[in-house]
Amino acid sequence: MEAQTQSQQMKLEIKDLHARIDGQEILKGLSLDIPKGEVHAIMGPNGSGKSTLSKVLAGHDDYEVTGGEVLMDGVNLLEMPADERSRAGLFMAFQYPVEIPGVSNANFIRAALQARLPNGEELDAVDFYKALYAKMDELEIDRKFTARSVNEGYSGGEKKRNEILQMAMLEPFYCVLDETDSGLDIDALKIVAKGVNAMRSPYRGFLVITHYQRLLDYIEPDHVHVMVNGRIVRSGGKGLALELEEKGYDWVRDELAVTA
Amino acid sequence: MIDEVQTVKNIASEKDAIGDFRFPERHKFDAGYGLTSKTVDYISDVKDDPDWVRAFRHKALAAFEEMPMPTHWATKDLESIDFDKIRYYLASGEAPKRSWDDVPEDVKRTFERLGIPEQERKFLAGVEAQYDSEAAYSNVKQAVTDQGVIFVNSTEGLKQHEDVFRKWFGKVIPTRDNKFSALNSAVFSGGSFIYVPPGVKVKHPLQAYFRINSENFGQFERTLIIVDEGAEVMYMEGCTAPKFETSTLHSAVVELVAMKDAKIQYVTVQNWSSNVFNLVTKRGVAHENAEIRWIDCNIGSRLTMKYPGVVMKGRKARGEVISIALANTGQHQDTGAKMIHAADETTSNVISKSISIGEGRSTYRGQVHIPKHLKGCKNNTECDALLINSSSRTDTYPAITVRGNDHATQHEASVSQVSQDQIFYMKQRGLSEAEAMSLSVNGFINDLVREFPMEYSVELKRLIDLEMEGSVG
Ligand SMILES: Nc1ncnc2c1ncn2[C@@H]1O[C@H](COP(=O)(O)OP(=O)(O)OP(=O)(O)O)[C@@H](O)[C@H]1O
Ligand SMILES: [Mg+2]
Repeated sequence: MEAQTQSQQMKLEIKDLHARIDGQEILKGLSLDIPKGEVHAIMGPNGSGKSTLSKVLAGHDDYEVTGGEVLMDGVNLLEMPADERSRAGLFMAFQYPVEIPGVSNANFIRAALQARLPNGEELDAVDFYKALYAKMDELEIDRKFTARSVNEGYSGGEKKRNEILQMAMLEPFYCVLDETDSGLDIDALKIVAKGVNAMRSPYRGFLVITHYQRLLDYIEPDHVHVMVNGRIVRSGGKGLALELEEKGYDWVRDELAVTA
Repeated sequence: MIDEVQTVKNIASEKDAIGDFRFPERHKFDAGYGLTSKTVDYISDVKDDPDWVRAFRHKALAAFEEMPMPTHWATKDLESIDFDKIRYYLASGEAPKRSWDDVPEDVKRTFERLGIPEQERKFLAGVEAQYDSEAAYSNVKQAVTDQGVIFVNSTEGLKQHEDVFRKWFGKVIPTRDNKFSALNSAVFSGGSFIYVPPGVKVKHPLQAYFRINSENFGQFERTLIIVDEGAEVMYMEGCTAPKFETSTLHSAVVELVAMKDAKIQYVTVQNWSSNVFNLVTKRGVAHENAEIRWIDCNIGSRLTMKYPGVVMKGRKARGEVISIALANTGQHQDTGAKMIHAADETTSNVISKSISIGEGRSTYRGQVHIPKHLKGCKNNTECDALLINSSSRTDTYPAITVRGNDHATQHEASVSQVSQDQIFYMKQRGLSEAEAMSLSVNGFINDLVREFPMEYSVELKRLIDLEMEGSVG
């Protein structure tokens, strides 16, 4: 029985979430459960609030949560500052990764790992580089990127791949990927998908935001959700993505109009 | 032994402990408050100055009294210095010791907390540790002495090496250069005198550490470094003071002379507490094909005014200023560089990076002078400012006077901000706000930090982290 309650809690639980920015409500009562071990995909038209959802989950200060709650393995996520959420195991791959001039990729990832260690404990440099190089090789990222400043001057695809590298190094429990596939060429897409798939495990949940069903051919989702105007309006299996691709969002909107 | 080193490290990992501690005063010599010709005589008597030095001091005092505060171009905050509430000379009356074991316990513990004996063991060729007005410890490795290198305090320098000392003393920076060089010339004590004979390349750095322990006090060290033909030296200085309620004055004069083909690197890591007025004049003369580099990091103080300069007097001489300034709330870093080209084919390079946090204020003042009759001179000036929040202030006054058209000059300036997006991105990866700021700041100055010797760049990074922690958390 106890084991069951525990497993019940092992999920990212979004309940009736409302959030706004600059007085404008963007999330309008969004609910979604992402248990560990599952991959959930969200699709939805431009401006429907997908990036807003990921930033609210990650704890961006510009957004005001006006209602609902988010629990991560039973713990209230919304009370934690952004850095604490990250250290507690939440990772977000940015739709638009940010450049940090002068800070090398290696130093950045190292600082992020160091921030997870108890006070006084030092990250072992040799182990760190070993792990970093292994992940870079897997993601086919040239080793010269260790010395390059974080995202500075990277191509769109390189930036996205770099997000996945950080994710692989930080080993989070919940991963939110915001349009990681946009800007990737077909080979890069396969490599990134391989990287993500390698991380799939019963101990990790994924929320994958995408516009393209193609990504879902490589990263097979357990569930697909459609987000329109700040809410999840439809959920289904992998087939839902195919259906969407075929019929477009108007199909969901029309259906909504009918049921309303 | 190992235990001792660890203690030093542990203490140093807490911000307050870096420089903010003090021991009770026990001075045998105290010139008292205020500055008159009696003060000057008191200092000359205690130090048993030769007549020419006493005369030099009195002349300088007259100049100091006569010269106005440079508030027509500099900050009005200078007017808050009350020269009557400062003591101009405080000393124990003991000669500097050659062994740490002979240094009085409180002074020894001070420098141990600052990590000086440890650094000496690890990588220095010689150390001079000044406590208030005079050096408490001074030692040079035998191998360096055997090469004929002289490294003593200014008093010993002017008495025992008068020939060389007198030839250059006050020549690079005349007494009347500015009000504070005049002040220093009147009451100077401590600082280093270094002479490196022709062809000698001192392998390890020589270091001076300037420690203020007493309140209502002014420290006026005087340093003169002469590096003879083809010789090379690196000199490093560090400084700290406890946090007093009242303001403290530090006003040094540093003169460098690089003879033909000589090289001098002068490295400063300054970490003054936030009520020190730090008004320093630093300049070097570079003869033919000689090179002088000022590598300067200014952290802390209430007001720092410092514009290291190089007069390139010989053909193909090179001058360089690499500087980092960090101004936190309540601090003003007014720094820059002075490059005076006085011969053909001389080259100067200035790279200045300032960081303003909170209400901290940074000012860059540059002066590059290339007269018309010269040929083939080059200057490159880059000054970049990083603002950590919108109330920070930064000003740039690059005065570049280039006459004639046979010269190449280049000037770049930039102002950037650590954006909220950057901070959020880093926080999303688990870094606290302070860690994120530190990382951005370190990224900003990264290329300059590499110019510092390894041992100092580690220290520098740590000081910056602590400043960021204090300003955010
Ligand atoms: N500061 C703001 N003030 C008002 N509206 C904003 C602000 N920032 C974002 N929005 C709006 O919020 C809505 C949701 O934006 P969001 O980036 O979450 O969409 P998205 O679903 O990720 O779209 P896309 O598919 O194009 O990435 C958009 O209509 C956007 O214009
Ligand atoms: Mg988006």
